[in-house]
Amino acid sequence: MRYEARVEVSHLPGILDPQGATVERALPALGYENVSAVRIGKCIRLTVDAPDLEAARSQVEAMCEQLLANPVIEAYEIELTELVSAG
Amino acid sequence: MSARVAIVVFPGTNCELDVARAVTGLGGEPELVFHTETTLGNADAVVIPGGFAHGDYLRTGALARFSPVMTAVAAHAASGGPVVGICNGFQVLTEAALLPGALQKNAGLKFRCETVACRVESTRSVLTSRARPGSVLRLPINHFEGAYICDPGTLERLRAEDRIVLRYVENPNGSLDDIAGVTNAAGNVVGLMPHPERASDPLLGSADGVVLLESLLVAAGERAVAA
Repeated sequence: MRYEARVEVSHLPGILDPQGATVERALPALGYENVSAVRIGKCIRLTVDAPDLEAARSQVEAMCEQLLANPVIEAYEIELTELVSAG
Repeated sequence: MSARVAIVVFPGTNCELDVARAVTGLGGEPELVFHTETTLGNADAVVIPGGFAHGDYLRTGALARFSPVMTAVAAHAASGGPVVGICNGFQVLTEAALLPGALQKNAGLKFRCETVACRVESTRSVLTSRARPGSVLRLPINHFEGAYICDPGTLERLRAEDRIVLRYVENPNGSLDDIAGVTNAAGNVVGLMPHPERASDPLLGSADGVVLLESLLVAAGERAVAA
């Protein structure tokens, strides 16, 4: 089976996010006075071939732990979607 | 016999020749080692210099950690050999978990390129053994992602074990506890954001980095004798 994974990497709670803070300060200048809690992370998309959804998930989790995220400062969330083959 | 210093070169490393020149000037023998190598030759000490290893893609140091040479660097560190990471090299060492914590974007998203005052907080490391505790060194910094961060438990341990080797006198980047450099528990692996090699001659504006590089060469020399 083929799955598309969407990995969202974000700062752990309590870790300073200078990009989010800067954007949050900029938005009121455009008239958006009602914005708070701006956080900026990364979105990584990849396709993985695996026997089933759970196998795909555990592989992508391992990728996150080893490379895609730095567990010292970052958290990650994984969304998996089964890709339907055209055939 | 002079101390042999392996200087690791990744694609994107750009401070290797500065380090080599400074090492030569202090009587050491530098040798550039490309990241695809699986051994460090007969090196007594290792320096991971500054730059943008593997383009800093994904995160600074994240991809460099998986270069073949890093297995040899980790083995050298595990056997007590001196390892120093400067700037991007510090980032590589934290990603490789040879040093605790991480380095993230500077507070205020400011790229800082200036000479700053750093206080020697601990001499219990291969990079600071010959420095005077409490002395203030003028060292250049040149980074966007130099704000040191770690969890509260790690910070407590770093303080209790005297592992914060350098602190900024005036914090330039939002670094936790003004940390400019840390060492591992054994004191043989050190990472710092300032560039001692760029402060290795009065002509460069400061020679305050000499005492740090001399400390490293002394540690390397002791390793050479023991071998």
